[in-house]
Amino acid sequence: MRPTAARLLNILVPVKRTVDYAVKIRVNPDQKGIDLNVKHSMNPFDEIAVEEAVRLRERFKDKVKSIKVVTIGPPKASDTLRTALAMGADSGIHVELEDSAPAPEPLGVAKALRAVIAREKEGVDLVIMGKQAIDGDAGQTGQMLAGLMDWAQATFASKVELDVDKKEARVTREIDGGLEELRCRLPMVVTTDLRLNEPRYASLPNIMKARKKPVEKVSPADLQVDLTPRLETLKVTEPPKRQGGAKVANVDELIAKLKEAGIKPVAP
Amino acid sequence: MLQALRLVRRASTFRTANIASKNTRSPARSFARSCVAYSDAHPTSLDAFTDEEQMLRESVARFAQDVIAPKVREMDEAEMMDPEIIKALYEQGLMGIETSAEHGGAESSFTSAIIAIEELAKVDPSVSVMCDVHNTLVNTVLRTYGTKEQQDKWLPLLSESKLGSFCLSEPASGSDAFALQTRAVKDGNDWILNGSKMWITNSYEADVFLIFANVDPSKGYKGITCFIATKDMGIKIAKKEQKLGIRASSTCSLSLDDLRVPAENIIGGEGKGYKIAIEILNEGRIGIAAQMLGLAQGAFAKAVPYTFERKQFGQAVGSFQGLSFQQARAACEIEAARLLTYNAARRKEEGKSFAREAAMAKFVASEVAQKVSGAAIEWAGGVGFTRETGIEKYWRDSKIGAIYEGTSNIQLQTIAKFIQKQYS
Ligand SMILES: Cc1cc2nc3c(=O)[nH]c(=O)nc-3n(C[C@H](O)[C@H](O)[C@H](O)COP(=O)(O)OP(=O)(O)OC[C@H]3O[C@@H](n4cnc5c(N)ncnc54)[C@H](O)[C@@H]3O)c2cc1C
Repeated sequence: MRPTAARLLNILVPVKRTVDYAVKIRVNPDQKGIDLNVKHSMNPFDEIAVEEAVRLRERFKDKVKSIKVVTIGPPKASDTLRTALAMGADSGIHVELEDSAPAPEPLGVAKALRAVIAREKEGVDLVIMGKQAIDGDAGQTGQMLAGLMDWAQATFASKVELDVDKKEARVTREIDGGLEELRCRLPMVVTTDLRLNEPRYASLPNIMKARKKPVEKVSPADLQVDLTPRLETLKVTEPPKRQGGAKVANVDELIAKLKEAGIKPVAP
Repeated sequence: MLQALRLVRRASTFRTANIASKNTRSPARSFARSCVAYSDAHPTSLDAFTDEEQMLRESVARFAQDVIAPKVREMDEAEMMDPEIIKALYEQGLMGIETSAEHGGAESSFTSAIIAIEELAKVDPSVSVMCDVHNTLVNTVLRTYGTKEQQDKWLPLLSESKLGSFCLSEPASGSDAFALQTRAVKDGNDWILNGSKMWITNSYEADVFLIFANVDPSKGYKGITCFIATKDMGIKIAKKEQKLGIRASSTCSLSLDDLRVPAENIIGGEGKGYKIAIEILNEGRIGIAAQMLGLAQGAFAKAVPYTFERKQFGQAVGSFQGLSFQQARAACEIEAARLLTYNAARRKEEGKSFAREAAMAKFVASEVAQKVSGAAIEWAGGVGFTRETGIEKYWRDSKIGAIYEGTSNIQLQTIAKFIQKQYS
């Protein structure tokens, strides 16, 4: 007997085009932003999210019915979608912004994602997304989306286990004190931490296949969302130059220096 | 009188049976089997790439950085390719780049192969040449000259796990490749091969060997025939060379002692080996150009940032005009090599003649590679001279560009023939 449709999983993975992690960031002379004429690529946490979705498909095979990726960004952001498709996602949605449009903020993005989810005929059972984007470092979108949807959320995931039939997830989170395990009902939002997995490189055959996968283009107006920023950037500056450090010869010297600086050992 | 002289000259050119190319490929054929990556009717810049090509470049670059880079030094010192790297290249689909999906390949374009070879060489020219020989020589011979049965049998193996090598050179025949002495004698339904091959890239790790042997020495180069054989048929690896550069890429001598190969393993027909070798090496040279281009960029990218960190006389050494102009010059030369290489690749894809362009690209790219990697050592000063930083390795690796798949002199000879054809 075929499993009923209700037991199949539809996964949505939002991905963002950001300045490449290896690029040296330079602040513009007007101190209102940074030089964006540099190499861009997919936000690394989002790559982890795509990878996790693809691994769920590899683990649960046909029970994962669809992996859809969505990006909200300028025309160039379609490259990011293609990369996600080459990694193994099935289809994409590009909420296209004009090149001149200001970068949307977390709440705007969360609202746009809510609208995207609402358009999905079969619904969305699981949203996997980066815990933050390495450009804005806000770390808010996942939580806001879960709030708007009134869904469960498990942030900073380092392990995701699913019971597709029960529609339940067991998520391990990295917190200051150690590891925390949550059990959540689907639908839910998972945000990814660095140690969840190591994303694959898009293989050449998959890159070739990706160009045949469907990508739908919509505008913020189609989704009836307003992405106008609510925050004003006053000033962007470079981090203060590092005051030259010093090298110590051995551990003893290091401990002596730490003591000197007033740092005390924590009782075991 | 003049006419007669020309005829004589042409005839003598033809007799020089070395691997210098003649542009014998019919454009229509190569057009039909190559996948044209962009059909834009407008002329574009020479470094215009499709989205897929761009993505491939990024993907291979990251793969090379993350997976290959940590092993480069160790493999160079050990003079051994890490089997994990070979496996990873297969997993990434980089060992069947132009092979059809039906045969387990990526069904991508020739330019994609060139991009992959270039990106690999930025990190390790040894890994790059392994991928290059396997794709642009071994796979291409089968895709171009193999029968359907041969393609069905061999291409999936080559795309999925079996490494290939191309065995033309011998102890006594290098530039004069078609003076080769390996003999093949018919015995019932088999051929018996005897002889020795030398300088065979990939042969230490390979399972599949394309072997050129003469079936009828009385016919000279017209007796040369291409056989496909596997290691388990009895190919013996005689000696692994100890080399100056590309040390992780294996180069061995092979002994063929009564090697029995079924008649169905002849590729392209008896006596067609000469034509196959000439045509394939024309294409292969673009691959070597890409390897050398990647190498030059790899050396440049390793040394230049250091010149902005290293301070002497109170400023970054890279900010002295004397050094920065050298870097600017090197950047121009790399750019020129890039344009020659990609132009040759696109011409091949478009079904145009490319023998001249391929020879130029390989010649220039190998010169640029050696020059830039040599300068890179000097820019980094003493640090560049140590093995730890990996800059000197590029220079050692660059020397091979002027030797294999036709030495620089042989490239110049090919180019000179085109000049003579036009002006003499
Ligand atoms: C690392 C490595 C890997 C290789 N891999 C392979 C492989 O996978 N398969 C394979 O079949 N071969 C391979 N080769 C062989 C390579 O193609 C030959 O070394 C090359 O063709 C040169 O031949 P040779 O070494 O015999 O030099 P020679 O032909 O002896 O040349 C010596 C010198 O004479 C010059 N010369 C020769 N003829 C002329 C002429 N007519 N005019 C002017 N100058 C001339 C040459 O330019 C060179 O400078 C490899 C070689 C090396 C070193």
